Amino acid sequence: MHRIFRSSAIAAVAAAALLTTGCSAGSGGDSGPVELSYWAWAPNLEQVVEIWNEQNPDIQVTVNKQDGGDPAITKLLTAIKAGSGAPDMIQAEYQKIATLVGSDALADLSDQGAGDLEDVFSEGDWDQVTLGGDAIYAIPQDTAPMMFFYRADILDSLGLTAPTTWEEYAELARAVHTANPDQLLGTFSANDAGWFTGLAQQADAEWWGIDGEAWTVGVDEEPTQKVAEYWGGLVEEGVIGNQPMYTPEWNAGLNDGSQVGWLSAVWAPGVLSGNAPDTAGLWEAAPMPQWDADEPATGNWGGSTTAVTTQSEHPEEAMEFITWLNTDPEAVTALADVSGVYPAAQEAAAEALTTAPEFFSNQTDFYDVVAEVAETANPFTYGPNVNVAYSAYNDEFAKAADAKTQAAFIEAVTQMQKITIDDLKSAGFTVKE
Amino acid sequence: MVFPSGTPVRKGHPVATTTRIEGDAAPPRDRSAASPRKRLNGSRWTRIGIPYAMLAPAIILFAAFMAAPILYTLYLSFQKKQVVGLGLGSGGSSQVFAGWENYAAAFGDPEFGASVGRVFLYGLVLVPCMLGLALLFALLLDSPRTRAAGFTRVAIFMPYAVPAVISSLLWGFLYLPAVSPFYYIFDKLGWDAPQVLSSNLILFGIANIALWGGVGFNMIVIYTSLKAVPQDIYEAARLDGASEIQMALRIKIPIIAPSIVMTALFSMVATLQVFAEPTTLRPLTNTLSTSWTPLMKVYRDAFTRDDIYSAAATSIIIALATFALSFLFLKIVQRRAFGQED
Repeated sequence: MHRIFRSSAIAAVAAAALLTTGCSAGSGGDSGPVELSYWAWAPNLEQVVEIWNEQNPDIQVTVNKQDGGDPAITKLLTAIKAGSGAPDMIQAEYQKIATLVGSDALADLSDQGAGDLEDVFSEGDWDQVTLGGDAIYAIPQDTAPMMFFYRADILDSLGLTAPTTWEEYAELARAVHTANPDQLLGTFSANDAGWFTGLAQQADAEWWGIDGEAWTVGVDEEPTQKVAEYWGGLVEEGVIGNQPMYTPEWNAGLNDGSQVGWLSAVWAPGVLSGNAPDTAGLWEAAPMPQWDADEPATGNWGGSTTAVTTQSEHPEEAMEFITWLNTDPEAVTALADVSGVYPAAQEAAAEALTTAPEFFSNQTDFYDVVAEVAETANPFTYGPNVNVAYSAYNDEFAKAADAKTQAAFIEAVTQMQKITIDDLKSAGFTVKE
Repeated sequence: MVFPSGTPVRKGHPVATTTRIEGDAAPPRDRSAASPRKRLNGSRWTRIGIPYAMLAPAIILFAAFMAAPILYTLYLSFQKKQVVGLGLGSGGSSQVFAGWENYAAAFGDPEFGASVGRVFLYGLVLVPCMLGLALLFALLLDSPRTRAAGFTRVAIFMPYAVPAVISSLLWGFLYLPAVSPFYYIFDKLGWDAPQVLSSNLILFGIANIALWGGVGFNMIVIYTSLKAVPQDIYEAARLDGASEIQMALRIKIPIIAPSIVMTALFSMVATLQVFAEPTTLRPLTNTLSTSWTPLMKVYRDAFTRDDIYSAAATSIIIALATFALSFLFLKIVQRRAFGQED
């Protein structure tokens, strides 16, 4: 009885909290300034919004802090299903857009003149907010082009340099592991679907696409097969690890030098300074190893957008604000400096970011490398069931990484394709094969 | 007194077993005896109304937080999301009646069958170890020759106070060769340590975490019922020349059989619902899938794949299976443990 009472009390408090958040959103009458609510989780974003509020007394924006990408989206989907309680704007990761559009949560911004902003962003980023169609569902906020981070001191001591192609990366992996069997150039992480998606994106993969009125699924095609075959080979050879990233073991490896490199994204300095504090000043960033050195490309691992929800009563004002937030030089500078993200607006970002992060103070041209890499992000379209594909990645590639055979990696791609396409079909999507 | 093997003290000393049954039957008799007196005060309405008024909070809470969610889950399990065309924008999808489709999908999913198989294997490893150790510790603590019993009891019980997520994280560290002191020591000694997180041993690794956390609780339950055994039985046994081991095997265990059955039931239900340990360990290894146990599959379907409908169906299946197994188990052991003649 005591326990029942306690849990019901907690539930009642939770319900009350839900009701209050439901009431606070979407208010703002005809008199006085327009009030917009904005769900976001980027650190210190409210300070950036404060600049806008001072300059625009007629449109006041309130940031409602969220725990992170996944919980914010779950909350938004619940509010959409309930018919009220959604904010005017939300920070949404690129891979969530199709899912949100599928639940009719995002307003089409093409009516508000969002098309004019296309040139501000890279083709790859823009493709992801349009899903390759005519509608524009969000404005890119930050982007996370992938790069190769490595321990410059260890490579120097071996007389080796950063690889420019994947072939050189494999050679380097062998050389590092041969010189010291305790050291690995990297690990294949079956836990990080976003990481593998970025690698596939770099290889020109198109996992989802829209063909007329039907979805296409292209996981099990040449680009992704090539990537899986490559990593399966290295794991089978034993020169690349097969254990997941973000484990205590991996963290320790970054700090003690047994992990010599990390294929990551522009936000890596933050993670490295937290997980490998003893190695400050020893790392360097380079563009990704390439499949074709003449046509440099990269993928993204992370990044987010700002979208307007279908429950917003002021989509025009909301559009005005998110245009400012993501393209105005002052706002972009603040995003970079205050929130610490890499803004998607390319030119403004390049101007705003000049000094290398403290952890990379040894590499003064850090942001020059980033700007050069950011331009080369390949286009990529996320489909409506990214979640299913990602959990299929976790399961299938975990099996493959455990088996440590190249054949298992190739089989994992086939299984991922099958699970993704079966899910689309069983939900009733029109799928073209 | 000599104890014939196979027929323990139940007949000679029906203390624990029959008093328990009588104890259950006693309250109604008391109430019927008391009610004629009560009838004198208050009207007919208060006489009927008061019990319900007193029950009301429990009934309302039960209806709101148990019955309603269960019924809603049942309803959801017969629904599904139906998408049209590309499924984008308004009218892209709707909720429709699915019939038995979600149930058929759950039973047809080989991963679900595999997860059930894993959980049974896990239970086969865990439940006997858990009860065996709990019983052993309880008997040892109950033995008159035990020293520092209070401290030992608390020390064995302590891990139960550690939340499963925390204990899984702690054990996870110990299982990872690069950060584990055990592997470090094994390495220094030049021995090959088994890789607990490998696919062959992961089940034992998880069972170990559950064992570490659960033995103390079960030990306390058994120990408490041992303490309730009247001391004169032991005195009689000692006079008859029974050793401590004989007393443990032929007096204590038969008398506390009902608590052993109860802890077995708890352990079985906990086994079927194993979730926190494998979910916490999953990011550390390649050997745990997102549907490693049935409950993990429910979680994945509901919160990762946004498919609450099939998650609801799987939940219903797990709940029914848990009920069925619990009743089956009680049916089998009841006569033996509780000495009922039905």
